[in-house]
Amino acid sequence: MSLVVTATVPERDVDVSLAVAPGETVALLGPNGAGKSTLLSVVAGLLRPATGRVELAGRVLASYGGGRGRVDLAPHRRRVALLAQDPLLFPHLSVLDNVAFGPRSTGAGRTAARERARSWLEEVGIAELADRRPGQVSGGQAQRAAVARALAAEPDLLLLDEPMAALDVAVTPALRQVLRRVLAERTCVLVTHDVLDALLLADRVVVLDGGRVVEEGPSREVLTRPRSAFAARLAGLNVVAGRWDGDHLVLPDGGVVGGRVVGDGPARGTSAVAAFRPTAVAVYREEPHGSPRNVVATEVAAVEPLGDLVRVRAGDLAADVTPQAAAELELVPGLRVWFSVKATEVEVYPA
Amino acid sequence: MSTRPVGLPRWVVVPAALGAVFVLLPLVAVVAQVDWSSFGALITSESSRAALALSLRTSAASTAACVVVGVPMALVLARTRFPGQGVLRSLVLLPLVLPPVVGGLALLYTFGRRGLVGETFPVLGEEIAFSTLAVVMAQTFVALPFLVVSLEGALRTAGERYEVVAASLGARPTTVLLRVTLPLALPGLLSGAVLAFARSLGEFGATITFAGSREGVTRTLPLEIYLQRETDPDAAIALALVLVVVAVLVIGLAGQRRAA
Repeated sequence: MSLVVTATVPERDVDVSLAVAPGETVALLGPNGAGKSTLLSVVAGLLRPATGRVELAGRVLASYGGGRGRVDLAPHRRRVALLAQDPLLFPHLSVLDNVAFGPRSTGAGRTAARERARSWLEEVGIAELADRRPGQVSGGQAQRAAVARALAAEPDLLLLDEPMAALDVAVTPALRQVLRRVLAERTCVLVTHDVLDALLLADRVVVLDGGRVVEEGPSREVLTRPRSAFAARLAGLNVVAGRWDGDHLVLPDGGVVGGRVVGDGPARGTSAVAAFRPTAVAVYREEPHGSPRNVVATEVAAVEPLGDLVRVRAGDLAADVTPQAAAELELVPGLRVWFSVKATEVEVYPA
Repeated sequence: MSTRPVGLPRWVVVPAALGAVFVLLPLVAVVAQVDWSSFGALITSESSRAALALSLRTSAASTAACVVVGVPMALVLARTRFPGQGVLRSLVLLPLVLPPVVGGLALLYTFGRRGLVGETFPVLGEEIAFSTLAVVMAQTFVALPFLVVSLEGALRTAGERYEVVAASLGARPTTVLLRVTLPLALPGLLSGAVLAFARSLGEFGATITFAGSREGVTRTLPLEIYLQRETDPDAAIALALVLVVVAVLVIGLAGQRRAA
């Protein structure tokens, strides 16, 4: 059940290719407008790209442009189930009949379909809600029912478009557990903004930005050693990119960053990135001196609460300071400050 | 507990009340004119019963016809895009603003003995003109836009999101239509059908022009009322009240259904 898709959609400046191995779950990350939903729509057959090809489990679902015969299977023939933020349970059917909808539509008898639906409701832990109407269940329960409904259709591929974005934070852990269990052996593409989803549900992460794939790799690796600005922000890390001169990372603007080399480290003269936690950054109103520190002059862009700390954003960097420190420094947007981080807190690895 | 509307100026109530009075007062006038001592006899006379029965029969038939062709029309208008769609929609809705007499004339020159279709197929022309079928056609012609407009609105409001989900679950387009699209648009379909029925019940101009006024065959309740007005005003008023009651019943029933 492997998926291979390539697509260009010039209207939305999207040009991507993506491969998902059988049984693999790929998390699709990226800022709004990066082309994540466009890609899902192409795979599901809801959007025709200018050129492209979609292949699933050895079947050609779609092939546009490029001389060969045009293929464009209708959405209902693709065996691709789509689950969005909104559960979209059919309001006129009971929860059970919602889940039985897929089997019924593909030829199963009423009794057989309901039996299958019942076992899927059990699988997602809401068997007791079978006879309720969608209006009578909570958002989290409805989304579980939607998961059961998608799985009951026995798709070759599951597309999840931010399945937990519309849910109360109190109920997301339970749904995440359900997804973790049911996605284990399934081919799935998961669009998410949540680093936890990427870590717990996905085997691999693909980062889209501006309609292009900018980074991909195993979830843990991408999130601990991000190379793209977006993955870094998601992982809660500061990342700067430059060229490794053997001792330091030389930034495009001529700045120099010192840090610890991780693993084999980058070869001299090749591109590399330096990553450090926002909590490792100290903020000063006067330029600090002494000890081997990396110091950059910058301007505060935003100051926002973050748990027990205050996150100070400046350019592409973030610093987490205590509320007391933020108050003492009188941090406000537009203020000229110095960000400082010890070299021992900076990890350098090849880009 | 009741919610309080914010920002509605009080003076709005005055023209609103005037409008309501303008609509309701004539109904009161009709009721006031009714000669109650002979009311029973008037509305149970043979011609009255024939007219009422014919009206109910033809209105039911034209409502059914509106559903049969109007539902696909609304689906095509709401769910597809093609060049000239806007123009087509306007033309389909034309009977809403056209004087019914003009509609009747148009039908006559299409399906009448000398009409476009009637002349080419004389048998058809003989069959249709001045028959009960002609009444049904006239009513369908004027009532169809009510159903199409109502259902198209409901379809647009319901949106295509549920249909996309249904298709992704493997449902063929026909299955999606029957199990998702139409059930979700059912309230709009019902209110459209009720409007179409009510419009058919009150149809006068197109009917008398295209189908004439043959007792028991094409003389529906509105035609009967119009004719009786000359000879027996009391009977006309009594029948008018019957028509009002039937219309109120139909609209009331539909309203209750929608509220439920």
